[in-house]
Amino acid sequence: MAGTLAEKVWEAHLVRRGSGGSPDLLYIDLHLIHEVTSPQAFEGLRLAGRPVRRPDLTIATEDHNTPTLDIDLPIADLTSRTQIDTLRNNAREFGVRIHSLGDADQGIVHQVGPQLGLTMPGLTVVCGDSHTSTHGAFGALAFGIGTSEVEHVMATQTLPLSPFKTMAITVNGELPPGATSKDIILAIIAKIGTGGGQGYVLEYRGEAIRKLSMEARMTICNMSIEAGARAGMIAPDETTFEYLKGRPHAPEGEDWDAAVEYWKTLRSDDDAEFDAEVVLEAADLEPFVTWGTNPGQGLPLSASVPVPSEIADEGDRVAAERALEYMGLEAGTPLREIPVDTVFIGSCTNGRIEDLRSVAKVLQGRKKADGVRVLVVPASARVRLQAEAEGLDVIFKDFGAEWRNAGCSMCLGMNPDQLAPGERAASTSNRNFEGRQGKGGRTHLVSPLVAAATAVRGTLSSVADLDIAGDVDLTTFDGTPLAPLAEPSLV
Amino acid sequence: MEKFTTHTGVGVPLRRSNVDTDQIIPAVYLKRVTRTGFEDALFAAWRGDPSFVLNQDAYKTGSVLVAGPDFGTGSSRQHAVWALKDYGFKVVLASRFADIFRGNSGKEGLVAGLVSQEDIELLWKILEAKPGTEVTVDLEARTVHADDVTVPFQIDDYTRWRLMEGLDDISLTLQNEGDITAFEATRASWRPKTLPAKHLPSVPVEPARPVG
Repeated sequence: MAGTLAEKVWEAHLVRRGSGGSPDLLYIDLHLIHEVTSPQAFEGLRLAGRPVRRPDLTIATEDHNTPTLDIDLPIADLTSRTQIDTLRNNAREFGVRIHSLGDADQGIVHQVGPQLGLTMPGLTVVCGDSHTSTHGAFGALAFGIGTSEVEHVMATQTLPLSPFKTMAITVNGELPPGATSKDIILAIIAKIGTGGGQGYVLEYRGEAIRKLSMEARMTICNMSIEAGARAGMIAPDETTFEYLKGRPHAPEGEDWDAAVEYWKTLRSDDDAEFDAEVVLEAADLEPFVTWGTNPGQGLPLSASVPVPSEIADEGDRVAAERALEYMGLEAGTPLREIPVDTVFIGSCTNGRIEDLRSVAKVLQGRKKADGVRVLVVPASARVRLQAEAEGLDVIFKDFGAEWRNAGCSMCLGMNPDQLAPGERAASTSNRNFEGRQGKGGRTHLVSPLVAAATAVRGTLSSVADLDIAGDVDLTTFDGTPLAPLAEPSLV
Repeated sequence: MEKFTTHTGVGVPLRRSNVDTDQIIPAVYLKRVTRTGFEDALFAAWRGDPSFVLNQDAYKTGSVLVAGPDFGTGSSRQHAVWALKDYGFKVVLASRFADIFRGNSGKEGLVAGLVSQEDIELLWKILEAKPGTEVTVDLEARTVHADDVTVPFQIDDYTRWRLMEGLDDISLTLQNEGDITAFEATRASWRPKTLPAKHLPSVPVEPARPVG
């Protein structure tokens, strides 16, 4: 029978098929753990006298509330320190591998899995974090779970789940210059809404998706949850295999050959039926920014802040009025005229090496706009080391940005990296909820390129607003400075 | 988990859509390592506003939350459910829930009932016209009763059964442990293991310091 990619991975993990309304029992290949959603789960195991069933399929790291400065000193915030100590103690007690602050493999959990080669096509991957959908970029079925489910996976290496519906999201054609995978996903969310994906696994497909690098694909799958979907997937192809080959945990020798042979079967059959389909033309896309307080409230940068009275749906109108009040925005203001106080470049959405390279390419030889704070936070310590090996940190520092240690940082403001009340940020992260980046803080979600251009000009901007030719490839960084520039600082 | 059959308590109208988990409980409250004691964190940002519904005497003791569509969107934090439960809520009604939130509710004995938006509007009118009105939620019959109105709600059969029996998921799953062990024996050797650990050479990571 013809099947979709999601259905094939599901079937391959069926421990027991549910009957009479009870859910299927699915085997979990990889369980990622961090400090925030695990302590109560470990406590539950301890109380019940249960071990972690498969420590060899489990890995922990510290990311959500780790500081990005002074990581060699004791963590100043006592509750954060307690939470991290609790994870370290639990990992030791239950025999779980952990990458702690200061370790080269520490970082945001959704970067750590892929960079170690643990994230692969055809796996089931879970983590007590909704952005686990990131790993779907490899053709894995990956989704966020709550703490009860974390405990359940620890105890049984399985999860009882009712099948998802499937939605195909096809992005045809080619992205115009200056538009990135972040703009694709922001446009998708604006189109289907924050609830549009509820109950679905999204499968991204089409020419524009196939042309994306692994990291760009991860950005798209990462924000599936912002469309309400627990998981997003992209069928594996040569780009996927190329990314994986040679990584520490990638299969080797005969295992590699067997794996690739299997991975090549992981695609939706031509006659597979999806429960819903959405089609976008990449050529129509341009840099996208959010203006409101949920990720669906986004528009092309060339647009203006919407006028609530012109919104037909009452619920949407009320939500827009509330959002504009919170965001301190006047209806009708061109988005390009909105000034920001802070630019945050980082997170599991856009804190990877390609993101940093494209930002560096724009910032090289320039200075940041007056009064703007620019924070660059790599997704993992390895990403940081790589960036430093390429000299990107020098470019960021010369520009006037702060170059930090790895972690979730200002994406959710659990550590000291927060917005002050009323402060406005252009952020490459994934959520613009009220207070997300600090109480009273105002967030505009943007791509790394828009973040970079905004840091230069001080108002929401795209690279088209800078003196950069439209046909320059901004997705790669080879050290070649963009003309016209002041003295290049790359060593 | 306590068995749930029916519950009667004050209904609280929350006329907002897209109530995300950062509103239910801001991230700063997630640093605790306990499962309880989150009542002060519930809707923390809104609780400072005197006009917020839970700051009005008639609704303070509420235990049935009647919310707008797309309740619980955003992060996977189960703390959102703990905060609602610790405050005293037993039931949340909305026309649409985020998937993870709905799943987390079912694990903790919080009933997340789907009610049509039309009926939500009806309940809002009743609860606002007569603040403090008690609402009865009957899980067996899947009905919500307030004043002289009874409306249906939806909840999947399995979650309803587990809630009514007060059953713990892990014990249920471990009844099938033989199946799990049998499945594990069939897993392909290319599937990754985190242990023994493999990684690139260890490199010292210099701590970042503030500039100047």
